[in-house]
Amino acid sequence: MTIITTSDATSSEDGEKRNTSSDRFRRIIAFPLRQPMLAASCGLLFAFSVLALASPWITGDPAALDPLGRLKAPSADQPFGTDQVGRSVLDRALWGTRVSLSVGISVAMVTTMIGVAIGVVAGYFRAIDTIAMRAMDAVMAIPAILLAIALVALIGASPFVIVTAIAVPEIPRMARVVRASVLTLRERAYVEAAITCGGRTTTILRRHILPGAAGPIMVQTTYVFASAMILESILSFLGAGTPPDVPSWGNMMSEGRQFLQIAPWILGFPALMLAATVLAANLMGDALRDMLDPSLQGGELR
Amino acid sequence: MTGYVLGRLFAAVPVLLAVAVFVFLLLSLVPGDPAALIAGDFASPQQVEAVRQALGLDQPLLQRFLSWMGRMLRGDFGLSLFSRIPVSQLIAQRIEPTLILSLMTIVIAVLFAVPLGLVAAYRPKGVVARVTMAGAVLGFSVPVFVVAFALVYTLALGLRWFPVQGYKPLSQGAWAALHSLVLPAISLSFLYIALIARVTRAAVLEVLREDYVRTAHAKGLANRKIVSRHVLSNAAVPIITVIGIGFAALLGGVVVTETVFSIPGLGRLTADSILRRDYPVVQALILLFAGVYVVVNLAVDILYAVFDPRIRY
Repeated sequence: MTIITTSDATSSEDGEKRNTSSDRFRRIIAFPLRQPMLAASCGLLFAFSVLALASPWITGDPAALDPLGRLKAPSADQPFGTDQVGRSVLDRALWGTRVSLSVGISVAMVTTMIGVAIGVVAGYFRAIDTIAMRAMDAVMAIPAILLAIALVALIGASPFVIVTAIAVPEIPRMARVVRASVLTLRERAYVEAAITCGGRTTTILRRHILPGAAGPIMVQTTYVFASAMILESILSFLGAGTPPDVPSWGNMMSEGRQFLQIAPWILGFPALMLAATVLAANLMGDALRDMLDPSLQGGELR
Repeated sequence: MTGYVLGRLFAAVPVLLAVAVFVFLLLSLVPGDPAALIAGDFASPQQVEAVRQALGLDQPLLQRFLSWMGRMLRGDFGLSLFSRIPVSQLIAQRIEPTLILSLMTIVIAVLFAVPLGLVAAYRPKGVVARVTMAGAVLGFSVPVFVVAFALVYTLALGLRWFPVQGYKPLSQGAWAALHSLVLPAISLSFLYIALIARVTRAAVLEVLREDYVRTAHAKGLANRKIVSRHVLSNAAVPIITVIGIGFAALLGGVVVTETVFSIPGLGRLTADSILRRDYPVVQALILLFAGVYVVVNLAVDILYAVFDPRIRY
């Protein structure tokens, strides 16, 4: 993705005093102190990613049944308890991390690529602006959950369809954010200079417009990541998402709801893990936004 | 004023048209043969062909779209594939709980969110501000059904204050109906409160910096008057904007909440119809939801002019 170029741009500002390795080391140490929220949320997400990647090795078989040990409350042996057929809730919850994170990351990537493309084109080319934005308004008028379950139920639940179904309702917001920054960037003197010098449109967009919009794009990508995980869990919960044989947090909560009264841990632990992951992503987005644009401190309209 | 309202009305038409095209294409591009689906599993090829001709499915796409639009505009949404009841009748039967639930949610959300946002802006370092802002991030991060189950577990199963699920129709008394919808409305309002409180706080912070607020304080106007006449009326535009924008999330949340609480409303109907592939019902409901969203935001646009006389287009 093109976004990465800006982080190079900012770090090369102090190009002359190219940091020695000890200098860099000190900056890495200082980072959590300067941005505690960002560091904590990144750390939590990193921990969840490690768990997701390592779950095949650190957990038992999430589908292993144990009819005699069913509906057991959390204990030292089974820290999260067992479900209605005796499967370990901890093992299944750890496996569920894989589904949520991979859906979140895929949706964030798809939404960013398509949304940025639409936003840049709409913001830079007047002729396309109105049509593209009315189309985005139309997609936004359909509630995201509704659009997503409709797409999945009609086309059929495969990983590709689930990611598409969640990405489609997220694209308009990304496109709007990008369009708004492109509209202001287009009027900048350096962009005009580039146009006057006869720069090719693609070069101008890539070199002058996109890097300027990278900050808002990054923040919005984080929010999309967070809301994609929520949507995925809702889809699975309603029975239109991940197939029942794959442990996902939404599936687990959907199965656990009948046992809410006698075994609240079946529903509770996946819910807690989902909330923690999404919370970390949202906090990361807020911290990034405050860092990139301190004037917005405190959270306005998303 | 009339010109402004008319202008907004005309701006809403292309959005609705685009939604209609989108919904039509969505269901036309579905893999599989709709005629075979409507005719049922045991239909002979001749019967499927008859259904195809009766529904005009053998016509070109554009012609099908135009005749479909014509029927939609006349209020003819067709028959439900599942229950064989006219879709409009089905919607009429199910609309009551959804209407009450949405209204209750908005009332609860505004009653909590606006004062919270106001206090958070007035005392930015106070306890209320911190709790509200932290709660707002939490509100964005917890899916509506998780909030719902937490409430059910504590208030319905634990304390037994409210029913676990179900809906009592208005015909059994207004109090019973409202009581059965308290928990769904609270769970739905969670996200909405987060959204509105954040925006209220930001908007009020902005207004508090204005000269006229300082002037009002300087001339000795009572604090309550300043809040109602100067601060809130000037912060109203962003607040009602976000209420309008949040309406899409509310309608989506209705689908989930009604499923969790087994409320026989439009949201439940939507979820059931989608899972049953009841195309005519799904089309009508998506159009209805999108239409409501567009109309609500139209109303918001018109309210701008009421709250802020400076806005004239």
